[in-house]
Amino acid sequence: MDFLIFQVPMLTLQAVLDGLLLGILFALIAYGMALQWGVMNIINIAQGDLVILGGYIAYFMYLYGIHPAWGVIVSPIIMYFVGVVIYKLVINKVVDRDLFISILATFGISILFMQLMNFAFGADVVLANSGYGTTMLFDNSVTLPNSKIFSAFISIVFAIGLVVYMKKSKLGRAIRATAQNARAAKILGVDTEKVYAATFGINAALCGVAGALISITFTIHPYMGLPYTIRSFMIVIVAGLGNLPGVAMSGMGLGVFEEFADYILGTEFRIGSVFLLLVLILVYRRFKLSRKREYLK
Amino acid sequence: MKIKNIIITFVSAIAILFSTSVVSFAKVVGDKIILGAAISLTGKYSSNGVHTQNGYNMAVDRINDMGGIKVGGKTYKFDIIYYDDESNPKRAAQLAERLISQDGVEFMLGPYSSGLTKAIAPVTEKYGVPMVEANGASRSLFTKGYKYLFAVLAPANLYLDVAIETAVELNGGKGVRIAQAFEQDAFSQDVRLGILDAAERTGSKIIIDDKLPKELNDMAATLAKVKAVKPDVLVVSGHTKGALTAIRQIAEMKVDVPMLAMTHCDAAKLSKQHGKNSQYALCASQWHKTLTYKDDFFKDGMTYAADFEKLFGYDPPYQSAESSAALLVFKDAFERANSFDQKKVRDALADTNMQTFYGNIKFAEGGQNVDKPMVLFQVMCDDAGKCENKVVAPLKWASAELIHPIPKWSER
Repeated sequence: MDFLIFQVPMLTLQAVLDGLLLGILFALIAYGMALQWGVMNIINIAQGDLVILGGYIAYFMYLYGIHPAWGVIVSPIIMYFVGVVIYKLVINKVVDRDLFISILATFGISILFMQLMNFAFGADVVLANSGYGTTMLFDNSVTLPNSKIFSAFISIVFAIGLVVYMKKSKLGRAIRATAQNARAAKILGVDTEKVYAATFGINAALCGVAGALISITFTIHPYMGLPYTIRSFMIVIVAGLGNLPGVAMSGMGLGVFEEFADYILGTEFRIGSVFLLLVLILVYRRFKLSRKREYLK
Repeated sequence: MKIKNIIITFVSAIAILFSTSVVSFAKVVGDKIILGAAISLTGKYSSNGVHTQNGYNMAVDRINDMGGIKVGGKTYKFDIIYYDDESNPKRAAQLAERLISQDGVEFMLGPYSSGLTKAIAPVTEKYGVPMVEANGASRSLFTKGYKYLFAVLAPANLYLDVAIETAVELNGGKGVRIAQAFEQDAFSQDVRLGILDAAERTGSKIIIDDKLPKELNDMAATLAKVKAVKPDVLVVSGHTKGALTAIRQIAEMKVDVPMLAMTHCDAAKLSKQHGKNSQYALCASQWHKTLTYKDDFFKDGMTYAADFEKLFGYDPPYQSAESSAALLVFKDAFERANSFDQKKVRDALADTNMQTFYGNIKFAEGGQNVDKPMVLFQVMCDDAGKCENKVVAPLKWASAELIHPIPKWSER
């Protein structure tokens, strides 16, 4: 029974496709995390909660009769401002402190968000129906919900859009300059404070898009943020900071890995296997680092 | 430094003042019988916590308005002290201690969920405080030998038992092939044990047995397996999230199974909000408003539902109905015990044998209600797409005939 996936070839294909579509969505969330981690050196534990908040925006649009797909436009706009406000209230006070302080601060924000969302939206599990139907391949033996395909497509559009924006726009250049060397950027006239606020805002906006997509594809609930934080953390760790194609690849890799873990080890180990992989990769990295010769420049 | 000292003195003076003034509650004050309850008003169980509280409050008002409780020739009224347990078992146990040792409560009502009831039961047991609970169905609650715990609901292992038996019956008495996916929590795992028992009893085979982690909101892998092995019955239980995830993904992946049995359909508002996607799903329920049980306070299910809707603005889920029933049980026990002695009330509770609008209530040795079977309803939709839950089993209360097997997605 355990290895059903290898007996039925279509199931393998289904798992790979499901994993890829899921992974692209994860990569979008991780992309935001990599960006603000790289620029501000902050690990945002509240990442998943921003995603869920974005999801609620799409859900409320759905409740009021607007198609939730519009959430991918409305949600990032609102979430951008949420991000900027969080930056102004909390993050700017921890931005050049050590990593531990920022983890604590964002952990606090995460708890606050969970409780506020629970208070404001209630503890019910909700979802937004897109009514997109299903794509069936190979005589109905492989099924792909169109909502998942839509999610992956939108994620790719946003990711490419952002890469282009970072390369071409003035703010994008300023963000990259700040990431490379904040002090030098400041001396050369970059308003790093503004850059940080915008970076955090962009990260929140990406979370908003991902949240809207998750409300269309899966379910949302005030306390469901943490798994998304962990997955994006994991993806960024594997890819390394500033390696955007790496984020996309490791996102998809993680998606497929999760699906296969589900089939082979059992659903109960699905999220556990992500943690295990994280530990293994960290140990491996440490091992590789220790073999590198260190010297003073 | 001086200012700090003054502040500390001031704060502790206020703390002492409060701690002495709180102890004025007791079990029976004047003409009031004070019950204690820790309920999840915030946190992940808050929506069901509110259903529970609404059920309690409605029954308190109704009993008080209809003459109260007669003990020793005097009439008493119910009153409840509530605390918010934040959906946290540790907090619930602390609050139970506080209700009993600080507030002097001598009779308790249960919290929401099996997990929290499990946390509170050792405390009430230690102090010998009778607790009537309405929302903890886990089988393990009733095997610990608790003497002061009474549950008005049927234990979790019976939730979907009926579904398997029905499937076997429809299969001409031969065993069926079952695929199941259960969340890893006390309640769902008990439902699972019930299915394992039923499978063994009926000679059925379990071909998929997935455990869903609590954080999971994607069942695509389980459902892909179901598509590949084509079982006769698919059973899913994982609170509201499990029900919603299953319904969404079964519809999206066009998974065809002859029978789909679940829990928490009404909490997930399947028939109202997810209409045709949830059509033909079989749902286990402790209660349904169309059942014909009767009592003097709420008359019957339909009247209860109408009154509840008037008060709170929504159709009562079974969580509210069973909570209301808990108060009826307490009233009945107080009057039969004719005393507020905890032992006597406990014995009276143990001898309970009554009918309420919610169902018959009679407690077994372990404290579970053995006189009330679970009902199964099926989500049925009309051509306009309006869906409703209709009771299909047990046959005695069926208001519609079970549709079996479920039509294929390609034919809908």
